[in-house]
Amino acid sequence: MEKTTRSLMGEKEPAQDFVSVNPLKMSAPLGGALFFLGIERALPVFHGSQGCTSFALVLLGRHFKESIPLQTTAMSEVTTILGGGENIQAAILKILEKSSPGVIGLCSTGLTETKGEDIAGEVVLFRKKHPEHSDIPIVGVSTPDFTGSHEDGFRAAMVRTIEELVPEGGERVKGQINVLAGSHLTVADLDYLKDLLREFGFDPIFLPDLSRSLDGFVPDSFEPVSMGGTTLSEIRRMGQSSHTLVLGESLRRAGELLFEKCGVPYVVVNRMMGLSAFDRFLVTLRDLSGSDYPETLKRERSRLTDAMLDAHFYLGGLRVAVGLEPDHLFDVGHCLLENGMELVARVTTTVSPLLSKMPGGKALVGDLGRLETEARERGAQLLLTHSHGRQAAERLGIPLFRLGFPVFDRLGAAHRLSIGYRGAMQTLFALANMIWSRDPENRPDTWYSQVPAEEPPKTKEPVLEEGFAPVRFDG
Amino acid sequence: MGTPKVSEVFQEAACDHNQSKSEKDRKKGCTKVATPGAAAGGCAFDGAKIALQPIVDVAHLVHGPIACEGNSWDNRSALSSGSRIYRTGFTTDMNEMDVVYGGEKHLFKAIRQIIERFDPPAVFLYQTCVPAIIGDDIEAVAKAATEKFGRPVIPVNAPGFVGGKNLGNKLAGEALLDYVIGTMEPEVSTPTDLNIIGEYNLSGELWQVKPLLDRLGIRISACISGDARYREVASSHRARAAMLVCSKAMINIARKMEERYGIPWFEGSFYGISDMSASLRNIAALLVSRGAPEDLIARTEALIAQEERDAWAAISGLRPALAGKRALLITGGVKSWSVVSALMEAGLVVVGTSVKKSTAEDKERITELMGEDAHMIDTMTPREMYRMLKDAEADILMAGGRSQFVALKAKVPFLDVNQERRFAFAGYKGMVTLVSEIHRALTNPIFQTLRDPAPWTPGCRITPLV
Repeated sequence: MEKTTRSLMGEKEPAQDFVSVNPLKMSAPLGGALFFLGIERALPVFHGSQGCTSFALVLLGRHFKESIPLQTTAMSEVTTILGGGENIQAAILKILEKSSPGVIGLCSTGLTETKGEDIAGEVVLFRKKHPEHSDIPIVGVSTPDFTGSHEDGFRAAMVRTIEELVPEGGERVKGQINVLAGSHLTVADLDYLKDLLREFGFDPIFLPDLSRSLDGFVPDSFEPVSMGGTTLSEIRRMGQSSHTLVLGESLRRAGELLFEKCGVPYVVVNRMMGLSAFDRFLVTLRDLSGSDYPETLKRERSRLTDAMLDAHFYLGGLRVAVGLEPDHLFDVGHCLLENGMELVARVTTTVSPLLSKMPGGKALVGDLGRLETEARERGAQLLLTHSHGRQAAERLGIPLFRLGFPVFDRLGAAHRLSIGYRGAMQTLFALANMIWSRDPENRPDTWYSQVPAEEPPKTKEPVLEEGFAPVRFDG
Repeated sequence: MGTPKVSEVFQEAACDHNQSKSEKDRKKGCTKVATPGAAAGGCAFDGAKIALQPIVDVAHLVHGPIACEGNSWDNRSALSSGSRIYRTGFTTDMNEMDVVYGGEKHLFKAIRQIIERFDPPAVFLYQTCVPAIIGDDIEAVAKAATEKFGRPVIPVNAPGFVGGKNLGNKLAGEALLDYVIGTMEPEVSTPTDLNIIGEYNLSGELWQVKPLLDRLGIRISACISGDARYREVASSHRARAAMLVCSKAMINIARKMEERYGIPWFEGSFYGISDMSASLRNIAALLVSRGAPEDLIARTEALIAQEERDAWAAISGLRPALAGKRALLITGGVKSWSVVSALMEAGLVVVGTSVKKSTAEDKERITELMGEDAHMIDTMTPREMYRMLKDAEADILMAGGRSQFVALKAKVPFLDVNQERRFAFAGYKGMVTLVSEIHRALTNPIFQTLRDPAPWTPGCRITPLV
C-alpha cells in the first residue's frame, strides 16, 4: 500500500535504464516495411545485412499469418566497409528482373546508417545508370534501427512516399479525402472507416491500405510483391483531395507535408476508440462533409451505451498496466479511462508530443521489464500489450489482453475492430469476459485466514478439480 | 400430494407474521395467491430446490419434464468447500410415455443410475407439477429405493403449483424434518455446537462468518443448508443452540427442532454491522445458557469490538465520496432494514426501501432507523422504478438481478444484493465489500458519459476537430 501511494505520487522518475529487459518496441525499418506492404505491388527492401530483413520478415509473418514480401541488399562485412552502393544497384536490378514490383521501398538499417550510406544518393546514381528503369518508383527512406520505434519508421516511409510520389498542385476533387492511416489501425478498423466515410459521401484514399493487402485473402496466384493496397494512381491523386484525415499524432508531419506541397488542409485525429472520442470524430466528419449522420450509427451508439453498462460491473475500477506505441496508447488509454478503468502503468516505445498528455499521467519510454515492475508495484489487475507481454503476465498472475504489434500467439489480430462504437463495444466485451472468466470463486479462507483450532478441525474432503466424486459406470 | 403439509406450514406457530393474521386470513395461506398476468416470483419447487441444493455432497434429482431442471440448474452461487455433486443437474426428463404410463419406474431407474455412477451419501428427490398431476408417488418410490439400495432417498414434495418460493422453502424444511434430521448420530459433540438455519452460503457468505465462530471456539454442527454435508444435517439434532437466518423461510425447522430435541433458537441476521454483532452476542448467550463456558461472552465482546473497529475504519474512508448520495433499496425481508443502517453509516441517504416481504416487526425497525416519513415501498412496477430512476430521484439502485436492467437502461448505477450477486455481503467484511461496491458503482465515470447527448441530438455541444 505504501509503495503504491509513493509511486502513484510520482515522487521520483525511475532511474535511467541501461539494459532493456524484454523490449516493448520493434525497429523503425520494420515500421517502414509495414507501410510499404500497404501499397499495391510494392516490395520493401532493407539496406542491411540479411538478418535485419529476416527478423522483420518472420515477425510480420507471425503477426499477419501471411507470406511477407521483403528483400535485402544482403550487406556483408566487406561490402559494409567498401560501401554498399553496388549492393543496392544489384539488389534493385535483381528485384526488377525477378519480381517486377510497382514500387520499391528502400529502408536503411542500423548497419548501413552507421557506416554512413547515402540511400538517396544511391537511388540517384541508379537512375543515371539505368534510365531504362526510370518508370519504376523507388522510395528511399532513412530508418536507422537505433532511432525510434516502428511507429517512427512507418511515418518516415509515409513522409518520403508523399515527397517522392505525390505531385504538387492540381485541381480539387470534391468529396475526395485522404486518410493517413496509423500503424496501430487494423484491417478491420480500416474497413470500418472506409464504409463510414463512404456513407458520409466521401471518396477516400487510404495511405497505406493494409485492408487490401494484409487482410488474409487467398489469391489465385503467387506474387513476390504486395498484392493489393493503395495504388500508385491513387497516391498521385492525393494532392487533389479536399481534406486529409491524419489518424495518429505520429503522422502529423505527413499531413503537414501534403498541405505544404499541395495545399490540402488536414485534421489530426488522435482518438477514435470509445464513445466520446467517436462522437467527436463523427461531428468532425459531418462538419467536413455536410452530409447527415448515417442511420446505422444511431443504433450502434445505443448498443455501445448498453455494452458500457453491462461491462462496467467487471471493468469499473480495474487497474490496468498498458504498454503500446504512443498513438495507440493514447487512444486505447482514453477508452479505458472512459469506462472507469485506471491506467496504473503506462509504458511506450518512443518520444511523442502525446507522452505528457497520456490518460492517467505521463507515459514512460521503456520496455516490458519496466511495465512489469510498475504493474507489480501498483497492483495492476490486467496487462494490456502485445504478445511478448505473456511472460510478464504469467509472473504477475494477471491476464494479458493482447493488443498492438506483434500478436503472434493468437489468431485474428488484424481483424479485431477497435475503433468506432462497434469496435469499442467488442473491446469492452472481450475485456469484461477476460475478467469475468477469472472471477475467483470464494473459499473458506477468502476473508479470514484459517486459524488453527484448539483441536484439529474436522477435515472436509479436498476440492476435486474435476468436481465429481469418482465416477463408476457399468452400463 | 402435499396438501396436509401445505396447510400445516400455513399454521406455523412460531411465525408472528402468521399469528398476527385473522383466522380467515390464516386459512388463505402465507403467500399471496399469484395473480394471473401479474406474477413474477418463483414457484414452490424453485423454493424447495433453493433451500436444499446447498447440501453439497448429495445428488439432487428432479422428477419432471425438462423445463423444471433444464431451465434452472446451476443458477445460484451457493458455494461448496468440497464436493461439487450438488451442482450437477439431475432430472428424469419425463417424456410423453412417462406421462401416459406413469413415471415411477423411470424415476426408480434414475435413482439407481445416480447411486451407481456418482455414489452420493443420499439422493434428494424433487416432485414437480406434471408427475404430481398424473399421480407419481415419489414418497413410495423413495421408500422402495432406500430399501433396495441401502441409501437414503429423500422425497421433497413441493410441486410448483402448490404455491410460491417461500412455501417451497418451508416444504423443503419439512422434508428435512421428516426424513433427514435425527437419522444419524454425530461423531463428536461439544457444548458449543450450533446450528445455523436458513443460510445458503451464497457467494461464500458463510465463510465471512464461520472463521469468527471458529475463533470463539464455536462449532457449526450443521448449516442448513449452506456448504452442508448430508451427515451434518442428519446429525444436527445434537446441537445446543440454533440461529435462524434470513426471515421466516425455514422457521418450521427451528421451531420443530426445539419441540423435538429442545434446541433453543433465535432469529438474527448477518447483514449489517450492528446486526452481525447482535447475532454473535445472541449465539454466545444462548450457548452459555446451555452449558458453554462463561468466558465465551467476554471473548465474544472482545472479538466484536475488534471487528467493528476494523470495519468502521474501512468504511469511513469511503464516506466522503458517498455522503449524501441517495440509495433506493428494493429487496426482501430482513435486508430491508439490516442493510439500511450500514448504508446510513456510510453517509448514504436511503430514499426508499421495499417492505413487500417484510413483517410488521421489520417495518418497525425501518421506522426506527429512517424516521416516521420513511418511504416504504410495498410494490413497485418496473415502469415506476424506471421513472423514478430516470427522474434522478436516486443515485443508485440496490436490488435483485431482475431489476438490474431497469436501472441500467435508466443509466443509473445498480448493485445486485440478491441471490445471483457476484459478491458476498455478510458479516463485517461483507458490509465493507458492500459499501466499497457502492463506491465503485457511484464513481464510475460512464454514467456521466452516457448522459451526454449524442452528436445528432439537439443539445449536443461537441465541436469538430480542427
